[in-house]
Amino acid sequence: MARFIIRRLLQMVGVVFILSLLLFLWLRSLPGGTVSAILGERATPETREALTRALGLDEPIWVQYFKFLQRAAEGNFGASTRVLPGADALDIFLTRLPATIELSFFALALAVAIAIPLGYISAKRANSPVDSGLVILSLVGVAVPVFFLAFFLQYQFAVEHNWLPVSGRQDSLGCTRVTNFFVLDGLLTRELDCTASALKHLVLPSLALATIPFAVIYRITRASVLEVLSEDYVRTAEAKGLTARVVRGRHVMRNALLPVVTTIGLQTGGLLAGAVLTEKVFNWGGIGNALADAFQYRDYSVLQVLILAAAMIYVVINLLVDISYAVIDPRVRTR
Amino acid sequence: MTLKRTAPLVLLTAAALSISACAESQRDDSGTGGNGSSDVKDTITFGAAGAPELFDPLYATDGETFRVTRQIHSGLLGIKPGTADVEPELAESWEPSEDGLSWTFKLRQGVTFSDGEPFNAEAVCYNLDRMYNQEGAGQTAAEYWTYFFGSFSDDPEGSLYKSCEAQDESTAVINVTRTTSSFPTILTLDSFSIQSPKALEEGDANNVQAEGEGFTYPEYSKNPVGIGPYKLESYDEANKTVTLVANESYYGEQPKTAKLVFKIIPDESTRRQELQAGSIDGYDLPNPVDWQGLEDAGNKVEVRPAFNILYMGLNPERNPKLQDLKVRQAIAHALNREQMVQSQLPEGATVASQFMPEAVSGYDESLEPYPYDPEKAKSLLKEAGAEGMTLKFAFPTEVSRPYMPDPQKIHAAFVKDLEAAGFTVEQVSKPWNGGYLDDVSANGAYDAWLLGWTGDYNAADNFLGTFFSNLKSNDFHTSVMPWGKTLAEDLKKADAVVDEDERATTYQDINRRIAEEYLPGIPISHSPPALVTSGKVDGLVASPLTAEEFDTVTVGK
Amino acid sequence: MTPANPMKRRKDRIDALAETSAAGGGTTVLEAGSIDDKPGVSLIASAWQRLRRNPVFLLGASITLVFVVLALISPFIAPHDPAANLLIDQVRPQSNPVPGPQPGFPLGADDAGRDLLSRLLVGSQQTLIVGVFATLFGLAGGLTLGITAGAFGGWVDALVMRIVDVLLSIPSLLLAFSIAAIAARPSQITVIIAVAAVQVPVFARLLRGSMLAQRGSDHVLAARALGVNQRAIVFRHMIPNSLGPVIVQSTLVLAISIIDAAALSFLGLGNPNDRQPEWGQMLGRAQKYIYDNPQLAVYPALCIIVVALGFTLMGESLREALDPKSRR
Repeated sequence: MARFIIRRLLQMVGVVFILSLLLFLWLRSLPGGTVSAILGERATPETREALTRALGLDEPIWVQYFKFLQRAAEGNFGASTRVLPGADALDIFLTRLPATIELSFFALALAVAIAIPLGYISAKRANSPVDSGLVILSLVGVAVPVFFLAFFLQYQFAVEHNWLPVSGRQDSLGCTRVTNFFVLDGLLTRELDCTASALKHLVLPSLALATIPFAVIYRITRASVLEVLSEDYVRTAEAKGLTARVVRGRHVMRNALLPVVTTIGLQTGGLLAGAVLTEKVFNWGGIGNALADAFQYRDYSVLQVLILAAAMIYVVINLLVDISYAVIDPRVRTR
Repeated sequence: MTLKRTAPLVLLTAAALSISACAESQRDDSGTGGNGSSDVKDTITFGAAGAPELFDPLYATDGETFRVTRQIHSGLLGIKPGTADVEPELAESWEPSEDGLSWTFKLRQGVTFSDGEPFNAEAVCYNLDRMYNQEGAGQTAAEYWTYFFGSFSDDPEGSLYKSCEAQDESTAVINVTRTTSSFPTILTLDSFSIQSPKALEEGDANNVQAEGEGFTYPEYSKNPVGIGPYKLESYDEANKTVTLVANESYYGEQPKTAKLVFKIIPDESTRRQELQAGSIDGYDLPNPVDWQGLEDAGNKVEVRPAFNILYMGLNPERNPKLQDLKVRQAIAHALNREQMVQSQLPEGATVASQFMPEAVSGYDESLEPYPYDPEKAKSLLKEAGAEGMTLKFAFPTEVSRPYMPDPQKIHAAFVKDLEAAGFTVEQVSKPWNGGYLDDVSANGAYDAWLLGWTGDYNAADNFLGTFFSNLKSNDFHTSVMPWGKTLAEDLKKADAVVDEDERATTYQDINRRIAEEYLPGIPISHSPPALVTSGKVDGLVASPLTAEEFDTVTVGK
Repeated sequence: MTPANPMKRRKDRIDALAETSAAGGGTTVLEAGSIDDKPGVSLIASAWQRLRRNPVFLLGASITLVFVVLALISPFIAPHDPAANLLIDQVRPQSNPVPGPQPGFPLGADDAGRDLLSRLLVGSQQTLIVGVFATLFGLAGGLTLGITAGAFGGWVDALVMRIVDVLLSIPSLLLAFSIAAIAARPSQITVIIAVAAVQVPVFARLLRGSMLAQRGSDHVLAARALGVNQRAIVFRHMIPNSLGPVIVQSTLVLAISIIDAAALSFLGLGNPNDRQPEWGQMLGRAQKYIYDNPQLAVYPALCIIVVALGFTLMGESLREALDPKSRR
């Protein structure tokens, strides 16, 4: 096991390293770039040249990459040019990360809370109209473009009815920031109105972001429960005359949830990508939004950090899932 | 079934509502305090399209930053609300010497910075010298100085600024190296605001460093000290809000609303939703297609006078056929600018006859735009022997400018017109930040393109000079045209004319020649940008320079 | 090549599991190791038996059929030229940005005065083209990588899979944006390539997983024992038997491609030329009219939702039918 983990970790370092190189070359091969993004219409050949020189963009690309590696080794990933000028790119990532985690957590929680019971019901009544209806419903969620759904929710619940806030993470109440997890911060500092405001702001974006993980978790729950239901030990348990509740809790769900847990883990990585659109519509100050901004303004330092970090998160999650699977499932644990 | 599906959502909402209910009761007493009068709110919330870069305006470059710094800083000269005209601000009056190279500013007295430091002639000179003496990365970061003053103390030849003397407490004399219509008007620009010398010193304000591919700014840029109706309270990056509060030491009247919050909402449709939902009181640059809907919903759309120009640039170097005036005139006749303006630009937009808007002195009112006449275009093209000539015509994506709300649509309309007149159009597009501007300026990669300009201040040079003064390298490549040199020289001469009326006549003459003899590009339109506020907002005066001030604004409950 | 090595088998198992992640945010969870239980005609035949009776499949198939037929005949039934600015003289950005329904124009026009109904009808064509070609390109790329990795194993496998890992580690939309943005001239083709590129690593992993599972399976071992050469094993046994999940995935990718193309347009990176309408582009560009003239966004959105749903329903029921576990 240890050897396996070490190997995967080494591979991970390799992947991130290759990615950083590809990313660096790729971003700089894109037309345009930082200089024209900063200067806009005001650019003259002279200012353009001066800025290119000041930013060190006139040096050969391999020198630039080497310098980038050197700085990165010192933990310095460069300063942002447009997303938050002057701020350290890594700091931007760290301030924005809690927002995305918060949103993803609530979206995932919502998806799980709805998907598992529905998946169970579907499996129990497999091939009934209820089942077909639920299957179709879950797929409708997948078929709706996320940004359209987000607009729809925003319009219905925030503009037409004014029940929930339109966008952002919190009203400007002058809340104290501790961890940048706004819900948590409010509880820590006992500013309950801050937590309430943060929760209200979370509802719509979580809903929009939850549709796809919901569909996936629902499907896997349904399939998994179906499989377990036909296992001998369930039949035995039923035959023994155990109550439906005991059978469900002790025999069916416990065994059926293994693959579900894995899937939930894997969905976390996917949420990051989905967050780009949701965060944009809801003006959510998270990674996805920063990513879109950084791309629009060709803010290379920020882009690099965000993508590398996202990649690392993804790789780590994959690794954790693999390990947990190996640990949990005795059939995989051959030694 | 449905209950189960929605249960978690209901629970979440219920939890949020109940917590907020008890929280509201907690804070109730603090809400109505402050201003005394109970029919107005104590906070204005304005939807900004982007985050401020920093709060030291010397290093700032974009409108969203200036919108904030304008409220917390003042310059020697100000802009009369609702116009593009200069008015006194920190300087009460100013006068040039005979030769126009030395300007004496009489300063307002009894003014202090928000840190309590006194404002005087020394502070003025300290600030100008600080700008002039930028070094290293600071020079590149101080983009507006480079653009308007030329260069820094290490290259005094190129600089418009020469020196500053504090004659006495309230008299500052600024010496310049040449006469230009731009000085002292450029002192109205926010970048050249006067900031507290002590705070600049203590905050190590000039310590700009290039790090990686960006700049890092010193502490001062986050803790600005200036003279303005407001001062910075906080910039909550995590929640994307900037909060300003009234500056009690401000020399003028206290702002009518004590707190000013800028909520950063990059997406335009989201800004609109926020306004509809009542969570912001106004925002800048609503899309023209929304104006009607916004007004119908009880909001106020303030239309600013157009202070911009959209043009189609032409590059006679890349496509030698464009060196023939007849071909350029054929393009001008081919474009149905009237229809484009009516169907795509807001009410109040006009077809342009020259490369600057009407409000600028030097505008020639007698000029008429080339009329839409496809037949004439065809025959001109025939005369030039260029029928079916190919035109590589570009537009930018991922962008919307005040003068160009939807580049793709404008481009599409013109492509049709050009094809109808017998041109073969090669359509090209690139992202605004992704190579379009490089291709237009540095690479000269297109025959024709869409671009425009919004004036910084009221001077013809800010328009015509920007386009054609730099003979060596300008977007229009006038250097390959026989008249290119004359035009550049005449523009420089006109700019140096001291007498205002004489200068205006000179520019009128140049405008006429550009339209009739040169036609380096096709001026398309002037489009009025707007500003929208909820029906409860009073006292916001729209500025053609988008330099609104918020201290006179009240928001009803 | 030692299928008996438990460590190796464990890794394969993990890899097979990783297929779920390869679908990244999509809807596919494939039990890649399970297809080979009963290969051959009987599986397909019995699958068809069950599909014919499955209402979910029938619904998906009929939607798809209607869509494809519409795409083929739409140019002939559209009342107007979808590119003609027929009502442009009515368009006034403030008072009348989008001409409403009127005689001859049952759904009104768009913001450039073009007949909305005709654009929706003809839009089905380009939408189908985007979906089909993006899927084909993604599949072709994935097949090449996946088969190479799965067939040879060893260091080839390791190398290819690391490349795939790198591709997968970039958030899919960002990958698509970057590719769309890198093109000097954005067009329908760059949109297709961008959307397809996201699917390449997905298909590659899927193929590899499926082939890995087969490499240790009885019929491949039997073939090898009989002395059939490597090439024949790959092409006669492994590829054909890996196609089940690929077909399922392709159906799903058709839907994802159409939705992703819309997202690209929404972010301003779609095909800038709108003379030939496409639903994703229509929806992406209607963003600013979404409040006062929602019909511009809602109609193409509904079309996309219905068609994507059709493909997804079909894909999901296909998958279920092909999964031997559900044959009970």
